[in-house]
Amino acid sequence: MNVLYGLLTPDSGEILIDGVPQTFHSPRDALRAKVGMVHQHFMLVPVFTVAENIMLGREKTSGVLLSRAAARAEVRELSERYGLDVDPDAVVEDIPVGVQQRVEIIKALTSDCDLLILDEPTAVLTPAEIDELLDVMRTLRADGKSIVFITHKLKEVKAIADKITVVRRGRIVGTAEPTTGEDELAAMMVGREVSLTVDKTPARPGEPVLEIAGLSVLDERGQRAVDGLDLEVRAGEILGIAGVQGNGQTELAEAIMSLRPVLTGTIMVNKCPATRSKTRQVIDSGVGYVPEDRSADGLVKSFSIAENLVLNQYDKPPYGSGFMINPKMINKVAEERVAEYDVRTPSARTPVGTLSGGNQQKVIVAREMSRKLDLLIAAQPTRGVDVGSIEFIHKRIVAERDTGTGVLLISSELDEVLALSDRVAVMYRGRILDIVSPDTPREKIGRLMAGLTDDQAASKEPGA
Amino acid sequence: MTTLATTEPAAPAAVKIVSGRTIGVGVLALVFAGLSLWMGLKVASGAQAVFKTYMIGEDVELDVPAKPVILVMAVLCLAVGALLLSDRTAKYFAMGASVAVIAFAIAFVCWSIAKPGVFLPVTATLNGALFLALPLILGSLCGVLCERSGVVNVAIEGQFLVGAFAGALIGTISASAWAGLIAGAAAGCLIGLLLAVLAIRYLVDQVVLGVVLNLLALGLTSFLYERIMQRAAEQFNSPPKLGNWTIPGLSKIPVIGPALFDQNIFTYIAVALVIIVYVGLFHTRWGLRTRAVGEHPAAADSVGIRVNWVRFRNVLMGGLVAGVGGAFFTIGSAIAFNKNMTVGKGFIALAVLIVGRWNPLGALAGALLFGFTDQLQIFLSSMPGGSPIPSQFLSMLPYVVTIFAVAGLVGKVRAPAADGVPYVKS
Repeated sequence: MNVLYGLLTPDSGEILIDGVPQTFHSPRDALRAKVGMVHQHFMLVPVFTVAENIMLGREKTSGVLLSRAAARAEVRELSERYGLDVDPDAVVEDIPVGVQQRVEIIKALTSDCDLLILDEPTAVLTPAEIDELLDVMRTLRADGKSIVFITHKLKEVKAIADKITVVRRGRIVGTAEPTTGEDELAAMMVGREVSLTVDKTPARPGEPVLEIAGLSVLDERGQRAVDGLDLEVRAGEILGIAGVQGNGQTELAEAIMSLRPVLTGTIMVNKCPATRSKTRQVIDSGVGYVPEDRSADGLVKSFSIAENLVLNQYDKPPYGSGFMINPKMINKVAEERVAEYDVRTPSARTPVGTLSGGNQQKVIVAREMSRKLDLLIAAQPTRGVDVGSIEFIHKRIVAERDTGTGVLLISSELDEVLALSDRVAVMYRGRILDIVSPDTPREKIGRLMAGLTDDQAASKEPGA
Repeated sequence: MTTLATTEPAAPAAVKIVSGRTIGVGVLALVFAGLSLWMGLKVASGAQAVFKTYMIGEDVELDVPAKPVILVMAVLCLAVGALLLSDRTAKYFAMGASVAVIAFAIAFVCWSIAKPGVFLPVTATLNGALFLALPLILGSLCGVLCERSGVVNVAIEGQFLVGAFAGALIGTISASAWAGLIAGAAAGCLIGLLLAVLAIRYLVDQVVLGVVLNLLALGLTSFLYERIMQRAAEQFNSPPKLGNWTIPGLSKIPVIGPALFDQNIFTYIAVALVIIVYVGLFHTRWGLRTRAVGEHPAAADSVGIRVNWVRFRNVLMGGLVAGVGGAFFTIGSAIAFNKNMTVGKGFIALAVLIVGRWNPLGALAGALLFGFTDQLQIFLSSMPGGSPIPSQFLSMLPYVVTIFAVAGLVGKVRAPAADGVPYVKS
């Protein structure tokens, strides 16, 4: 898609727009051909206002000075026409992600495009916001715009698409109608049958392995990202945390791992205080951690798979002792892990950075789960991972639970949380709003994710 | 079990921003208060601090009773410290910090000159401060131009040096200060060109590159100085002066007229550039694009802005401005070029850039602050009867201010997000 938008230049082949071959050397050319794009990672300047972001690149001026009034008027006009409610003078970094996305869409619309590409637009939205987005897309369709909607969420495709194209490894593997079943679509995406539901037996919760009381944690900007949070995870259960990204989940996971200082409150791992421990002590006490950003926190990309597999235990027997590490042993064990965890790679000595996202993630999972754990923290364990690997990782997480490990699953994919969890905690603005059963209707959880609670919902609760 | 009994959307947690820097400045204000108190008690009662200013043909003398004034300033600092420490929200930060700094400065000056036979020539001091501030203003403007677009420029010092050299050489040869000015700007721009090509095109680490360019400029100008200038100083190294420009009418205003409207032409250039860059940065298409490229180059690229071209152009413009700043060292007051004559002013300009928070107006204010400290130090160390504190300490003062400033005491220092990060299309 970046090729279509001119961010990348094609090695071969051609692009036809309305029957005319086009070569896009830069987004300029794409914009000229009336192609607009909403990127998966927002292309908004955080310190600019909405209006400034929208006029960027096609500024209207009076004399040499910018005409901000014109930009504001344009934002208002479009936001009314398509029901995209935004304040043109708000600074982008202060507004919620859902609203930022509206800004992105308006930005694409102001360039008067006929073809709009939406790249994974729903990843950061609450269920209600997704519905709104789908409505906006319907309005745009009615207005005569063509939309290319890229997503890995089958429900959304089926809800909105007129025509479905399945792409795998850079090739079109087939087309389908919106009436096609989810299993069939998933099979096309992966190239084999996959099971979308996770088979698991009811949990047999044991002693609490993680107890958090009154926890508050600051984020980079000094705001309370986690704000007086209480939580308990028991051995042999999966506690899922549902919530829109940026409600303190990252900070919560980092605080448990002692990667981020705790402002107030206590964390107990296995009934031992771990509030002010060193990260190394937390790891050694039997806590596994799958960080949400595997490139930044999970792997050393230029290291081999084998080296990455022992990042948390290279100094312990059998991998090392005293000053020396034992490369032979490390490589031998790595070969076994690669086979066991189905990492697709030429060898265990391949640099991790050359693997696909799914295989990189399997390396992390292999590292964290191949030792005896009491608690596993899995943050966004399947983000940016192909459907086949998702299935595998999900199975491993359930298997880990069945060995008696307590699992704290943090995910912004509601489907994933509901499929895996034994209990679902909904997190909003640094607090747990409610803990519900995974059978709870999606609408209710969606409302909680948006910060809405009600008495009725609370009283229907199964005891947790 | 968690139960929530609210039907309203859960209120956002009342987040109170406790600001570390407010505490820092609060403590600093208390230190100021303590020092002022000590000075106030130490100074002889009845001692006068004498200020002299030139006004309509005669010196006007202002005698201030030192002791009470210093003590009042101590109380002011104390009040600011108490205010900042009791209310740590950033509400009173800017005002409190400025009041404390100014009060302490007044107390310090009064204490230093509260001796018989000593007076502070106000007009001369302010003029001197402006004179010292000028290269800093231009240097940090260069920094604003480069860094707002995302290129770190540590080579300002080198640009000063070549600007000063070219200004002296061409100015002498052509016997025209204006030609020297243009040559200085061009020389600064050349260093900028090297920086731009290597940093933007070849992705060399920008800080290392800047340091190397400084060494290059130092070596090159020293070599040429020895080879050309030293042998025939008359011919090659006796630059003319870019004179004063008296604005007709305005300069006749009493008191402020001569101080503001009868100045070296460099002053007008600097002030004009500050205004142009400020308006340009925040109110024109160029500025919007520059800032976008410095904050989020991928976003700028996605709307069709040529990121590296914008950066390239800005670095060249920065070079021109820094070159003018360099030329000031020689043709600003008809001083011959000398080896390493800029003595680190280019680095101070970098500090000014941070103190001024990457904003042209901030750069102006910061440069004036530095110029003033510097001038004060010069005055105090040459004061009849000697300074009450060792002159070495006073020479340190501008650098101490720099360290405090860079350490973030002046407020939330936030560089452009993509500052120093080369943009490569993925």
